Amino acid sequence: MSILAFADTNILVQGITGREASTFTRESIHYGAHIVAGVTPGKGGQQIHGVLVFDTVAAAVQARSVQASIIAVPAPIVRDAAFEALESGIELLVIVSERVPRKDVVAILESASVKGTRVIGPNSLGVISPERTRIGMCGGAARDTRRAYMKGSVGIMSRSGGMMTELASQLTQTGIGQSTCISVGGDPIVGSTFADLLPLFEADEETKALLLFCEPGSTMEERLVDRLREQPSRLPIVAFIAGRFADRMQGIRFGHAGAIVEGQRGSPAGKAGKLEAAGVRVASRLSQIPEYVREVVPEPA
Amino acid sequence: MKILEFEAKAVLREHGLQIPDGEIVTSPKAAATTTERLARPVVLKAQIPIGGRMKAGGIHFAETPAAAQAASQHLFDSEIRTFPVTHILVEEKLASKAELFLGLIYDATERTAVVLGSMSGGIDVEDDDGIVRCPFPTCLPVPSFVGREVALQLGCRGHDLLNLARVITSLIERFLTWDALLLEINPLVMTPDGLWWVADVHLELDDDALFRQSKLCKRLAHSRRILSKRSDFEERAHEIDRTDHRGVAGRLIAFDGDLGLLIGGGGASLTTFDAVLDAGLNPANYCEIGGNPSVWKVAELTKLIMSQTRVTHLAVIMNIVSNTRADLVARGVIKGLLELGCVPKEVIAVFRVPGSWEDECRHILEQHEIAHLGRESAIDNVVNTIRCPS
Repeated sequence: MSILAFADTNILVQGITGREASTFTRESIHYGAHIVAGVTPGKGGQQIHGVLVFDTVAAAVQARSVQASIIAVPAPIVRDAAFEALESGIELLVIVSERVPRKDVVAILESASVKGTRVIGPNSLGVISPERTRIGMCGGAARDTRRAYMKGSVGIMSRSGGMMTELASQLTQTGIGQSTCISVGGDPIVGSTFADLLPLFEADEETKALLLFCEPGSTMEERLVDRLREQPSRLPIVAFIAGRFADRMQGIRFGHAGAIVEGQRGSPAGKAGKLEAAGVRVASRLSQIPEYVREVVPEPA
Repeated sequence: MKILEFEAKAVLREHGLQIPDGEIVTSPKAAATTTERLARPVVLKAQIPIGGRMKAGGIHFAETPAAAQAASQHLFDSEIRTFPVTHILVEEKLASKAELFLGLIYDATERTAVVLGSMSGGIDVEDDDGIVRCPFPTCLPVPSFVGREVALQLGCRGHDLLNLARVITSLIERFLTWDALLLEINPLVMTPDGLWWVADVHLELDDDALFRQSKLCKRLAHSRRILSKRSDFEERAHEIDRTDHRGVAGRLIAFDGDLGLLIGGGGASLTTFDAVLDAGLNPANYCEIGGNPSVWKVAELTKLIMSQTRVTHLAVIMNIVSNTRADLVARGVIKGLLELGCVPKEVIAVFRVPGSWEDECRHILEQHEIAHLGRESAIDNVVNTIRCPS
């Protein structure tokens, strides 16, 4: 299996007539993704690379069975688009738009949590289960995506979309495939954190190990450590933390509230120490990653 | 965007919050005049966008106009954490019965907005163990129970509870209406007559929501001017980015090393910069490019980075690109170097941009006898091959 993104997942693209969205729609179809409908208000009836456009999400889900929606609309209207998707009962939202106002993100997540909808992003490049499907634009053109990602047993969660492809490519070059790779989004507040997604990977038989790409700031890594302390994982985890230099060049904090909320959390060195103490293998160099992963994922017989 | 105290107070006052009487001044003489008008002890506060101003020496007290003049002269002559003091807020000193801390912020861990409160407001409030924490919904109008809950947990009763709850409700309303990321009152002072006063405020607005805050932004002209001051280098980078909408040339920061960096995207920039420092190299700048920049944009950035006096070499390193075209990056870098009169192969220390259009990229580089490094070379290994003459 895989998680979140399956070969038969039917996908809706909100904002499908946009330049970037129409490109990734075409490439996703070439990759094998089931993009079954698009939405752009006022453009209902048009076709984008053979995909029928609807005016509203409700109209789209009435005409097609949809399990996931990619939200690729301009930042100011992401809130609106997400609410529309939530209202129509779609189970998974992948928000690829960047620079969404924080208040809107929190409002979307409040509503999603009431409805039990899973949200990935914002500022995510998407979710990919190699050689089956992808929900989003990770990997770029279909040909490039096939080159970088390969089916296998390592799950990847990354705070950087670009580096997710880079990590997958490094593994692929050494013959290590991936089960599902998730670009969780680069913003301080995102719909699904490492800790939120860990149980899904744990429940997936195909996944034998996890690889994480971490960055400074936020408490995503610390939350994962809390979870690992409470309940150790069956999955061996390898992590890489980018931006160690941030510890040497710290900005001056503005106000006390940030310090109270984050405490001493957020620093790359702190994250590395805590992850290691919780049993995560932290690579200090990017090029060590395939070797570290190979140690925990035996070569297939 | 961080808002200076005096502008934040001015807009809060319009929404019914009690702000001490005072004036913004730009000379010691004006500080004395204001103190004379107020006819009571004053506090002099340097208007700079940092936290911990008291500890940093940005706040003074004065009993008389003469003392206010001397203290403000001292402030105007100083530079606090690299910020020159050009504006001072002269305010009446409040008689305080109680000093609270109130902070409104998003809690990234819980993914909710929260009010933080403490009865021991002041400079070391984050060490207080008795901090009250109350999440609130982001919908408007603001439900008033949140304010009462916080006031109650802080130990207020009767009229004090209702008064404080009203202040908290207004603050939540401002926080949400203005798209703030932080609204912190520290301290919120209760005077002997039972009124609550905003003695100091930290306000930070969400840059990503400024598009819908144009009315508010017009009232914050001074903060915008001070905070948009960049170094000439950053200003030029910003100009290049603004002139051409194709691609992003965000976050260009100058250092004093000899190795220029044209790197991206975000995660790869962090990774590359770590590797550069680990290898003992001296970076001339930090940089993040992405979003498929045009040839012109890359050429201008290349020239800007190479214009720093100590720079001798340029490393071009990106993660596997999907949206950005590797060939356009190559064209831009070479165009920029040629326009500067450089020989590209002598300046380019490494060029690693795998991904879309990489065959065309390789072809362009070959014409200038430059090796194109691909996905098989890990970023840190690429950095480790760089040799700078210094």
